[in-house]
Amino acid sequence: MNRLHRFFRTPEAIAGALILALLIAMALAAPLLFSGDPQAIAGPALLPPFHDWSLPLGTDRLGRDVLAELFHGARTSLAVGLAAAAAALLIGAVIGTLAGFAGGLVDEVLMRITDAFQTVPSFLLALAFVSIVGPSLGVVVAAIALGAWTGPARVARAEVLSIRERDYVAGARVIGMHPLEIAFREVLPNALPPVLALSSVIVAAAILTEAALSFLGLGDPNRVTWGGMIAEGRTVLRTAPFLSIIPGVSLVLTVLGVYLAGEGVVESTAVRRSLS
Amino acid sequence: MSLLAVSNLAKRYHRGSKPFAAVDDLSFEINPAETLALAGPSGSGKSTIARLVLRLIEPDAGRIDFEGGDFLALSGAALRARRARLQMVFQDPLAAFNPRATVARVLDDPLRIHNIASRAERPRRIAALLERVGLDASLATRAIHEISGGQRQRVAIARAIATKPSLIVLDEAVSALDVSVRGQILELLLDLQRQERIAYLFISHDLGVISAVAHRVVILDAGRIAESGDARAVIANPQSAIGKALVDAAPRLNRNRP
Ligand SMILES: Nc1ncnc2c1ncn2[C@@H]1O[C@H](COP(=O)(O)OP(=O)(O)OP(=O)(O)O)[C@@H](O)[C@H]1O
Ligand SMILES: [Mg+2]
Repeated sequence: MNRLHRFFRTPEAIAGALILALLIAMALAAPLLFSGDPQAIAGPALLPPFHDWSLPLGTDRLGRDVLAELFHGARTSLAVGLAAAAAALLIGAVIGTLAGFAGGLVDEVLMRITDAFQTVPSFLLALAFVSIVGPSLGVVVAAIALGAWTGPARVARAEVLSIRERDYVAGARVIGMHPLEIAFREVLPNALPPVLALSSVIVAAAILTEAALSFLGLGDPNRVTWGGMIAEGRTVLRTAPFLSIIPGVSLVLTVLGVYLAGEGVVESTAVRRSLS
Repeated sequence: MSLLAVSNLAKRYHRGSKPFAAVDDLSFEINPAETLALAGPSGSGKSTIARLVLRLIEPDAGRIDFEGGDFLALSGAALRARRARLQMVFQDPLAAFNPRATVARVLDDPLRIHNIASRAERPRRIAALLERVGLDASLATRAIHEISGGQRQRVAIARAIATKPSLIVLDEAVSALDVSVRGQILELLLDLQRQERIAYLFISHDLGVISAVAHRVVILDAGRIAESGDARAVIANPQSAIGKALVDAAPRLNRNRP
């Protein structure tokens, strides 16, 4: 309760939380409000926004309902962003914990692999992965996670390196606990807070990467995505700029919202830590 | 035969680029149900010896025999199984437990790991352990940080005796406690020794405590044995320079001496 209170003290955090809440509401409501196929033709092509109240945001080049596409796009963005970030945090935490806890050769090998992934720009990595394996939601999630796990891995390793010297880890060895159980049950949970602090940045980056992949036509073709909508709108940018502007602004607001809310969470826990 | 026999043990560390011996060609023995105290100035290698004996760090040379077997030859699952017989109590009882743990979990782990009791039976065993160390069984549900320092050290002792060890290493285990609590904990340790025939490797800088609980004492100086013998005799009449210095530095003892 107290923590929630502290979270809502900064206006940035409130703005972030509001945007996120709206986004989540859109994602959840999409199949209820727009139960049909969002990619089906709903009216005349290139209807501008605010002309026909059954199609409030107008239609695109093929006559699809832009509002329905926006809602369903929110669903894709959020799902991909959260799934990719969760996968990246999980992989990163596990690899960082193994490297930091095992030390020696295991650490050396895992950290060289991490270096290798970090030197390749993550977007190129995602691009290459999707072009080879083929675009589908799962592949896009994996492709984004592939370029995002190195940060969490480094943070987790650094934290584990300091925790593993603590008495309670020696105590766990003395009672005969298996090293893997010590690493994942005793050490990892205590190393998580600084790793989780990265999640907002990773979710935001994942949403942007997904949009960029879709923009290049490498998104899941069976899903409406904001990146795909921008790419679609680009061909009629002069006559119907709203087709690119609406998903573009949504994307910017979403990334901003995720980032601000994440900062708010980190801030409120940081205050709590420095107080204790 | 002795319970623990340490022979020619050595551990080197590096100070800057120069190697130095934290433990240097050290030999001693502990018999069943005996308390051997390790005393010595700060940095004389007491904690290093404790960590070596517990296989938390590996020696550069020497031999450790425990319960008649080569302890240094064990590894992996065999070593983990053997650890049931050789336990430890740390100085800082707060640092010695996972900050997220509850009392029940801390005591559940050794019972589970060494298959001492079935899952259904363990809560009863945990309650019995708590009562054995003079705590209320209702403490089990508390978080480790929600109990007092003295209670925490009792939980540490309960955890150490959960696997029925023959030897417990206590590294400054009572140093962080205030005097009245310290007396109670020492009383508990003596009682456990009488009842369960547990031997202690008792590390302390407090010669008063050592003469109260230890049978024999080893006085260390820079990783080597300066002198050793019957605890009361050595403390009453130290022969080595470092032994004399330690006795002189212990004010309570001087007053008690005739
Ligand atoms: N991991 C390490 N790396 C380098 N030197 C170490 C390490 N651990 C201990 N030492 C050094 O070894 C020597 C012995 O340390 P140890 O902790 O065993 O002393 P101690 O007798 O327990 O001292 P205290 O009474 O202060 O606890 C000290 O000089 C210490 O600085
Ligand atoms: Mg010490």
